[in-house]
Amino acid sequence: MDKSFTERRRRELLVAASLTVAAALVPLFIKNPNVQNIMILTLMFGALSQSWNILSGYCGQISLGHALYFGLGAYTTTLLFTKFGVPPWFGMLAGGAISALIAMALGYPCFRLGGHYFAIATIVIAEIGLLLIQNWEWAGAALGIEMPVRGDSWLKFQFARSKLPYFYFALALACIAWFVTWWLEDSKWGYWWRAVKDNPDAAQSLGVVVFDSKMGAAAVSAFLVAIGGSFYAMYVSYIDPGSVMGFQFSLLMALPAVLGGIGTLWGPLLGAIILIPLTELTRSYIGGSGRGVDLIVYGTLIVVIALARPEGLIGLFSRRKEASR
Amino acid sequence: MTALLETRGVWQRFGGLVANSDVSISVGRGEIVGLIGPNGAGKSTLFNLIAGVLPPTQGSIWFDGEDVTNLPAAERCQRGVGRTFQVVKSFETMTVIDNVIVGALVRNTVMREARRKAHEVLEFTGLAARADVLASDLVPAEKRRLEVARALATEPKLLLLDEVLTGLTPTEAQTGVALVRKVRDTGITVLMVEHVMEIVMPLVDRAIVLDLGKVLVEGKPKEVVRDPKVIKAYLGDRHAVGA
Amino acid sequence: MGLLYGLIAVGLALIFGLMDVVNFAHGEFLMLAMYVTFFLFTFFAIDPLLSAPLAAAALFVLGAVVYLVIVRFAMRAKANVGMVQIFATFGLAIVMRGLAQLFFTADYRSVPNSWLGGKTVSVAGIFLPQPQLFGALVAIAAFGGLYLFINRTDFGRALEATREDPGAVALVGIDKNRVFALGWGLGAALVGLAGAIMASFFYIYPDVGASFALIAYVTVALGGFGSVFGAFAGGIIVGLVEATTALVLPPSLKSVGIYAVYLLVVFVRPRGLFGSM
Repeated sequence: MDKSFTERRRRELLVAASLTVAAALVPLFIKNPNVQNIMILTLMFGALSQSWNILSGYCGQISLGHALYFGLGAYTTTLLFTKFGVPPWFGMLAGGAISALIAMALGYPCFRLGGHYFAIATIVIAEIGLLLIQNWEWAGAALGIEMPVRGDSWLKFQFARSKLPYFYFALALACIAWFVTWWLEDSKWGYWWRAVKDNPDAAQSLGVVVFDSKMGAAAVSAFLVAIGGSFYAMYVSYIDPGSVMGFQFSLLMALPAVLGGIGTLWGPLLGAIILIPLTELTRSYIGGSGRGVDLIVYGTLIVVIALARPEGLIGLFSRRKEASR
Repeated sequence: MTALLETRGVWQRFGGLVANSDVSISVGRGEIVGLIGPNGAGKSTLFNLIAGVLPPTQGSIWFDGEDVTNLPAAERCQRGVGRTFQVVKSFETMTVIDNVIVGALVRNTVMREARRKAHEVLEFTGLAARADVLASDLVPAEKRRLEVARALATEPKLLLLDEVLTGLTPTEAQTGVALVRKVRDTGITVLMVEHVMEIVMPLVDRAIVLDLGKVLVEGKPKEVVRDPKVIKAYLGDRHAVGA
Repeated sequence: MGLLYGLIAVGLALIFGLMDVVNFAHGEFLMLAMYVTFFLFTFFAIDPLLSAPLAAAALFVLGAVVYLVIVRFAMRAKANVGMVQIFATFGLAIVMRGLAQLFFTADYRSVPNSWLGGKTVSVAGIFLPQPQLFGALVAIAAFGGLYLFINRTDFGRALEATREDPGAVALVGIDKNRVFALGWGLGAALVGLAGAIMASFFYIYPDVGASFALIAYVTVALGGFGSVFGAFAGGIIVGLVEATTALVLPPSLKSVGIYAVYLLVVFVRPRGLFGSM
C-alpha cells in the first residue's frame, strides 16, 4: 500500500547519501583553507539550523534563544577539557545531555506562553545565561577560555595542521541532524509536532499530548545544538561568552531554516548553503571597507524572503516538481 | 446496560454567566442523539465539557462506566471520545492523509499501521482521492468531512459532531447525513449538536433540547418538535403571543 | 529611568495592542531617533529639548512608512504568520543597524553641553541630574497626552474600535490600513520622543537600540501586551527593579534582576500584570 510514499522516503535517503558522498569528495579537490573554513561553517550552521528547525519549524515554537544551548555545549566541553582533562568526545555528550535537561526544565514554564510571548521569553533566558557566564570567574568570565593545545590527536580532537578532520566531523554532524529529522518526520513525534504547530486544540482532541510534544522537540533540538556548540569550541579552540552565546548566534541558527524553508526537511541545509558563504564573502570583500554593508544585504534578504516567500526557497523546488507531474 | 456517556448534574459558570445549569443527560450505546437548542442555549459549552476542553464547575461526567470529569481532552480521546469542531480546525499545512494519520496514531504505534488505517478512513469518508492535497486547499464541505475522518481515525466509541451539517448545500447535507448513518452502522455512538432542526430530526433516534443552559425536553424527534415548550424556545415569545 | 523605559515601551504596546504584531525593530527606531537628535544638535545646534518634537515627527513618518511597505504585507501571509512578522521586522532591524554603521559609522557619539546636560537639581536634598528629571516630566506628559488622545479624539476611538474588530470597522467606512499606519506612526513617534530625551545622556551608536529593545519587550510583557497603562506601570517596575539590583549585584549583572522579575511574572501570569487573561 501507498507505494508512492515509501518511494519518496527512499528517494530522500538516496539523495542525502549521494550528497554526502559528493560533499566528502570536495576537500580532495579544494585545498584552499579559507574555502574549507567556509564549507565547515556552512555544514555546521546547516546542522544547527536543522536542529533549531525541529522545535521552531516542525513544532512551531519560535525560539530566539538557542544560543543558550550552543553556548552550553561549547562551555561544557571546554571546561571539562581544560579543568578536568575530560576528552571532548565525552564533553560533547555531557553538553548535549545538560542542554536537553535545561531545555526541558525551561520548557516547563515557557511552553505555557504562546506566540510572541514565547519568543521573547527565549531571548530573555538566553540573555540571562550570557550575563551569568560573563560574570563567572571560574569559567573565564567575559574574556573567555582557550583550549590548551596538546598536539594533534583524535582522542582530544585537535588538529593544528589540517582542517580535514573538522570538515568531516561537520559533515557527520550535518548528516546526523538531517537523518534525525528525516527519521522523526515519519514518526509519531513528527506528526504530533506538526499538529501542535497547526492547531493545538484540534491536536488535543485527537489524543496528542501537546505539552509532551513540545518538551520532546525542545530536548532533541537542544541536544543537537549543544553538540554543534561543542564542535565549534573544538574547532576555534577559543570561546568567549559574547561569541558563542550572543543573540546573533540565535539568529544565525534560525535564518538558514527561514531562508530555505521553515519546517521542511531540506530547507535548513539549502538556506545554510546560500547564506553562510554569502555572509563570509560579503564580510571579507566589502566588510572591511564599508562596515554595515553585510548587515544591509543580510537584513534585506530576510525581509524579502519573509514577505515574498514565507514557505522558503525550497518551495521553488517542490512547486516545479508538482507542475511537471 | 449502562449508558456510554452520562453527565450528572453538570454546571458551568463563566464569571457571573451560567452556561450550563444542572444538566444530566445520558447517551446509550449505538444511539444517534441530537443535542439541539437555540443560539446561546449552552450546547457548545456542554459539548466542550464532554470532550474535556475544560472541567465543569460542578457535577461529573461518566464515560464507559468511568468518571472522566477531570481527564484532559487528549486522555478522553484515548478512552474513545472523538470530536469535530464547529469552526473547522484542520492542520492546514499538512496533507489530508497526514491530518488523518495524527488521529490514527492514538491506536496505532507503528507508522505503517497508522498510515493504513488513515487510508481506510479516507476510503470510508469518500476523501481518498484528495489524500495528497494540502488541507488548506480543500473546499469547506471537504474540510468538514476531514474533521469527521480525523475523529474516526481515533477509533472512537463515541463521536461528537459539532454542527457538521450546518452551512452545507442540500446535496452536501444529504451526503453528510448518509455518512453519519454509515458511521453508526459500524457500531459507533453519535452525539450531534445542530442548530437547524429540520436536518437532524429525521436522522436521530433521540433528541435533547437545551434552552438557557438547562435540559428543556428530551424524547423521540417527532414528540420533541411538537412540544410547545420547544416551539416557544425556538421561536421566542413573539410567536407565542402571536399564536 | 523607569518612566523613560515606560515611554520606550508604550509605543511597542500600542502597536501590539492594535494589531497583535511585535515590532522587533523597535530598538532601531529608538537608535534612529537618537541619531536624529544628535545631528540636529551638531549641525543646527538645536537643543535636544527642542528637537524632541522634530524627532517624534520624523519617527512618525518612519513608522507609517514601515507599516505600509513591510508590515501590511507581512500580515497578509497565508502560512506561518507569526514567523513572517517576527522575521520581517527583524530583518528591518538588521538593515537599519547596517545603514547606521554605514552612514553614521560605528563611533560612539554624544550630545555634549546641551541646555540641560550635566546640571543637577536638588529636590528635597536629593541631587537629580537635570536631563533625567526632564525626561521623566516629558514621559509623564506624553502618557497623559496619549491617554487623552486615545479616549477623547475621533482617531483614538477609531484606533480602539479597529483593535476590537477590524472587520466591523471596515463596514462603517474606516480604512483599516490608514488606522494601522497612523497607529504605527504614533507608536514610533513615542519612541522618537524617548530617543530625543535619551540622546542627551546616553552614548549613541548603531547597536544602542538592542539593549533598550530587550528591556522594552520585558517592560511591555511585564505590564501586559497591548495595555498602554501596563507599559507605563511596567516601566516604573523595571526602573525600580534595576535600581534595587544595582545595590545588591555588580553593575554588569544589573539586567539580570529585570529579566528574572519578568520571567517570574510571566510564568505566573502569562499575559502580564495588567493584561486581560
